[in-house]
Amino acid sequence: MPCVSPDGKPTESGMAILAALDGGKTSPEDIAAETNRPLFRVRSGLRELLGAGLVSQSGESFALTEQGKAVL
Amino acid sequence: MEEQMEQAVPMPRLGDKAPEFEAPTTHGTLRLSDFKGSWLIIFSHPADFTPVCTTEFMAFAEIFPDLQQRGVELLGLSVDSITAHIAWVRNIEEKMGVKIPFPVIADLSKEVSMKFGMLHPGQSKTETVRTVYLIDPNQVIRLILYYPLSTGRNMSEILRVVDALQAADKYGVATPANWKPGDMAIVPPPQTQESAEERLNQGYECVDWYLCRKKI
Repeated sequence: MPCVSPDGKPTESGMAILAALDGGKTSPEDIAAETNRPLFRVRSGLRELLGAGLVSQSGESFALTEQGKAVL
Repeated sequence: MEEQMEQAVPMPRLGDKAPEFEAPTTHGTLRLSDFKGSWLIIFSHPADFTPVCTTEFMAFAEIFPDLQQRGVELLGLSVDSITAHIAWVRNIEEKMGVKIPFPVIADLSKEVSMKFGMLHPGQSKTETVRTVYLIDPNQVIRLILYYPLSTGRNMSEILRVVDALQAADKYGVATPANWKPGDMAIVPPPQTQESAEERLNQGYECVDWYLCRKKI
């Protein structure tokens, strides 16, 4: 399911991914395991959250941005 | 000219890397590469709100847990809009009591259909035929099925071929006609005369040197 709504706010799925990142998970695989969501949805969700400026990416690793921390 | 253009579209073949795409789906925008590391079935249907397709969607939903158990994701596609997909999926749940758990690509641009060779003008110029692409975790196409518009697919065969390909990969075997899990598998043919003679003493069940079976 989409992780960012049209108004730019994270959806329930988006919030779950952000919470997993806040809990120290950094890879799509670890986030999928933590949130019990399919890996393909986590990958697409991270892409949306990246586009919304809520997460940052370094190689295969993801992290919350200041903006992402602010919505948690 | 139109005919020449249709013929110029490359059709993916077995053993090819599946073509990458990014497409709107009922579960958000997805890319093929999002599925890397999992088996994936991409299947197309002619149109939403049509009778055979509705029975197929319910049947795919029924085998969805079996596919998940085998590590296989499922992704539908037709040349319809997201709105039509959402309305149809909701209708199936409301009228038939079946929840559709997998995403469906809205391929109004026909971009994905063209890449995968799902449009067969001899059947329809606007609707995708009933295709099934089984793609492995390395995103290589391992199986292609084409069914005509008039014929719904056989879910048992789809599960059977997933089992057969996964067994082939796991055990380095082939599977005979009508194989199903629990049956003996075929040992690949020997490549040298020496191995042909040796295999008769390796405990396989051999009819002759080129047709040996073993339990897996």
